[in-house]
Amino acid sequence: MVKVDGNGGQSSLIQARDLDKTYRRGGEDIDVLQGLNLDVEAGEFVAFMGPSGSGKSTLLNLLGGLDVPTRGRITVAGDEITHMSGGRLTEWRARHVGFIFQMYNLIPVLTAFQNVELPLLLTKLSKAERRAHFETALGVVGLSDRMHHFPRQLSGGQEQRVTIARAFVSDPTFLLCDEPTGDLDRKSADDVMAIIEELVSKYHKTVLMVTHDPLVAARANSILHLEKGVLVEGRHSPQETAAGGVA
Amino acid sequence: MAPDLYSFHVTWFKVVLALFGLVILVILLAPVLGSVPVSYNLRSIRARWTSTIVAVLGIAGTVGVFVAMLSLARGFEATLVASGSPGNALVMRAGSTSEMMGGITLDSIRVLQDAPGVARDSSGSPLITQDVLGVFPVPLISTGTDANVQVRGVSPNVLDVRKFIKITQGRMFQAGLSELVVGTNATKTYQGLTVGNKIDFGGGHWQIVGVFDAGGSAFDSEVWCDSRNLNQVLQRPPNIFQSATVHLSSADAFQEFKDTVVRDPRMNVDVWREIDYYAKQSTRMTTLITYLGGIVAAIMAIGAIFGALNTMYSAVAERGREIATLRALGFPSWNVTLSFLFEALMISLLGGVIGCLAVLRLNGITTNTMNFQTFSNVAFAFRITVDLLSWGIFFALVMGILGGLLPAIRAAIRPVAVALREL
Amino acid sequence: MKFARIIFANLLRKKVRLLLTIGSFAVALFLFVFLGVVRDAFNRGADVASADRLIVINRTSIINSIPLSYRDKILRIPGTKAITHNNWFGGTYIEEKNFFVQFVIDPENQRQVFPEFVVPDDQWNAFLKDRVGAVCGAKLADRFHWKIGDRIPIKNNMYDAKNSAWEFNLDGIYHGKQPKDDETQFWFQWDYLEERVSQGFKGQVGWYVLRVDNPDDAPRIAKAIDAEFANSPYETKTEAESAFAAGFVKQFGNIQTLILSIGSVVFFTLLLVTGNTMAISVRERTSELAVFKAIGYSDLTILFFVLAEALTIALIGGAVGMLLAASAIPGLAIALSGLLPSIVLAPSMLLFGLAAAILTGILSGIVPGLTAMRLRVVNALRRV
Repeated sequence: MVKVDGNGGQSSLIQARDLDKTYRRGGEDIDVLQGLNLDVEAGEFVAFMGPSGSGKSTLLNLLGGLDVPTRGRITVAGDEITHMSGGRLTEWRARHVGFIFQMYNLIPVLTAFQNVELPLLLTKLSKAERRAHFETALGVVGLSDRMHHFPRQLSGGQEQRVTIARAFVSDPTFLLCDEPTGDLDRKSADDVMAIIEELVSKYHKTVLMVTHDPLVAARANSILHLEKGVLVEGRHSPQETAAGGVA
Repeated sequence: MAPDLYSFHVTWFKVVLALFGLVILVILLAPVLGSVPVSYNLRSIRARWTSTIVAVLGIAGTVGVFVAMLSLARGFEATLVASGSPGNALVMRAGSTSEMMGGITLDSIRVLQDAPGVARDSSGSPLITQDVLGVFPVPLISTGTDANVQVRGVSPNVLDVRKFIKITQGRMFQAGLSELVVGTNATKTYQGLTVGNKIDFGGGHWQIVGVFDAGGSAFDSEVWCDSRNLNQVLQRPPNIFQSATVHLSSADAFQEFKDTVVRDPRMNVDVWREIDYYAKQSTRMTTLITYLGGIVAAIMAIGAIFGALNTMYSAVAERGREIATLRALGFPSWNVTLSFLFEALMISLLGGVIGCLAVLRLNGITTNTMNFQTFSNVAFAFRITVDLLSWGIFFALVMGILGGLLPAIRAAIRPVAVALREL
Repeated sequence: MKFARIIFANLLRKKVRLLLTIGSFAVALFLFVFLGVVRDAFNRGADVASADRLIVINRTSIINSIPLSYRDKILRIPGTKAITHNNWFGGTYIEEKNFFVQFVIDPENQRQVFPEFVVPDDQWNAFLKDRVGAVCGAKLADRFHWKIGDRIPIKNNMYDAKNSAWEFNLDGIYHGKQPKDDETQFWFQWDYLEERVSQGFKGQVGWYVLRVDNPDDAPRIAKAIDAEFANSPYETKTEAESAFAAGFVKQFGNIQTLILSIGSVVFFTLLLVTGNTMAISVRERTSELAVFKAIGYSDLTILFFVLAEALTIALIGGAVGMLLAASAIPGLAIALSGLLPSIVLAPSMLLFGLAAAILTGILSGIVPGLTAMRLRVVNALRRV
């Protein structure tokens, strides 16, 4: 269940209350987010849409612990991350968040599997255990045979799939995607979205995604629009309509 | 065999230098020969100013060390060479490698006095000084520890023989007395060697009565007295001297003088032009400093070239797309190469100038060291000449070429399509 | 270490640049070591000086001689163990540029006073029996390819008015106990010199070298010796061997300063080059570093990555430099032999060079490392 009115209650996995974010640009204060609320339960697949500059990426950065809000509270799996120190926040990110950015995701000097292994190096797993994890992850995204390739030897779509593998290899609480298909052609975009859908439906992952592409957004369970610094519920996605509307 | 090998290397070396000179000239004409504008290079240098500064400083440091060490060697050599004048002849026992080793009797001196070519003063006396040499320890002003001062016992008429030496303070010593005159550098280098002071050595008290200026030659580091007094102090036989210096009636009279003296059966001597003798005296030390300096500068040059290479390679890498665009637009490859080389030369020229300016302050600063061949201390000055500076700049430019060549070529030959694709 | 792969992958990013930086390091460290070795060569006399040895010279001038008769008087002073005397010969072997040190020695006492020079007994005995025998150091023998049994002609102008060649039989070759001991000396017998010189030169020695029982006693003994001969025609000046040698070195002028200056220029330039290379490499990777941070790598870990890279370059470059030094310096030593006291590469010098490499590595990585550490993910990962 996804709510934007601040009345989500205790069952939310991810909760944002009264979120404000103000930037200082050229001597002016720009209020990007103004009193934003959000509740997302586990297993949801939410797409955020909105015009350029509306603050979608900002919201994602805040929810992912990459930035701190000017005002307000963010709670994920019971932890309030708003007032965590830099070091603790970094640790928290490692445990709880998987990131998929539009580009520059992969380290060019590392092979595909080495890239996927990166989050695992932060854990106490042994080499064999790490291997088991990243082999599984690469299997899920269908790139087991490209394990030893370097990013420059992969197509754009393949690179994003490796990124996805890296994002969930350490079993984070939720995944954040910022324009995951932004740079891809239609076919590759479809492949990528199919995997993300599978992550949600089969592996019960929670995914928050920013996109400008309505076709991509349509594959999520809920679509939220960012307007005037707050979230507004958008058109129901077809799945939702079939299930009887948004709760 | 050794001399032939040496001159072969020298010739080969000169050819290489000439080639480099030619290349430098061509590159410096790049703005005229090629079409890539200079402003392009200047802008790009400014954009990567940290890398550029690194390369510049690397070259500046190398050039500085190079010029400094060579000027040290030159200074030492110049000091010693200046000690000789072409109108004087030095006579020592045959086979002596230095004055200290020699031995000439009074009888031999008498033979010299009658030889042709010897100048005479107004009263007809021959202008010859017979010298006795010794060293004795005096504390240095700089460190407080002892160094060996060269003492030269001379004939009272020595100033007529070595005409370029002048008394600048006090007066000349009086014949037969325990008096000393001190060279200008000796005054500045050692403690207590000032007019009016007394010093002790050899069981006697000596009064310092004057300071002389020997034009920056080795004599400036010496202390002079009457040779008879010195012989006594050194407990040597009274009529034996270590060398004789003859003032010739003219520089051309040397050959006749030498031939007569050497062929005389009573004599067993070598005759040198004073200038040649002192030039030889400086070889060991000069060679040492030059070798050491050369090795150090060579090693630093390699490091500086690496630094320049690094800078230029990163320049090529960072401007990959620009270069590809230029070439796609139709600038021929050699144009691009020339442009990069020009840039490398600008950087190294700047480095060379900075290096030269930095060490210029050393010019004229005196230091002292021990001359192995005489065991005495010699003061000398860094001697930076215009031609040395020019060599420094040339060296910098050579480093620039070596550092810029490969990257410049690479800029030109990389396939345009690849370069354009790289974002 | 599990991060090793990341660090190495980053280093190999641009191979040419890596090689150049390693090369710069190697060159700079080679120079460091070379300068250190030259400085050591100048200081050698003071280094090998023995705490229990004293040098006695003529107070008036080092080139004046002292009578042989002083020997027994010096030995009578309590605390003296053994005494020997040397003369400086200063001859020429074939041509001037072949210069090497020639000492006229007192064979009876040489080994007691200079135990660091080792000659096999059979060679020494042959030398003792041979009036015109000579012993030379191993390095000197190498330089001129001398073998035992060779005849060595040396011309001397000081003692020999005719400047004829004095011929010696090479009866022995000595080795130093430590690498830094001087193996370039040439010795022959004082008795032979005494035989050949004219009356005016007989009975004179250049200086005495004296061993004492207890180094602490040295100052007292030195004073006693000089007091004994004060107001005589040949007054003496006695000092510890190390002081004597140090005084000698000081006469070479500001060698230390010169070497220090060059060394600093080199160090500073190296810092600049490597620091700049690290900075460039960090700048190129901003977005990658941001990804690391987003994934959850801490700021300190990132700093560690950069420092580790810098240190790796430094260590490899340093090792290469040391290798270059170890292989090239013996060759340079030969080129400079005769001009300088022997050049020796001590292991401690190599360690010192390595330490310098490590220090430079850390220093050059600090600033770029801090930049990387403080990088903010949100600024680096801008939407295209």
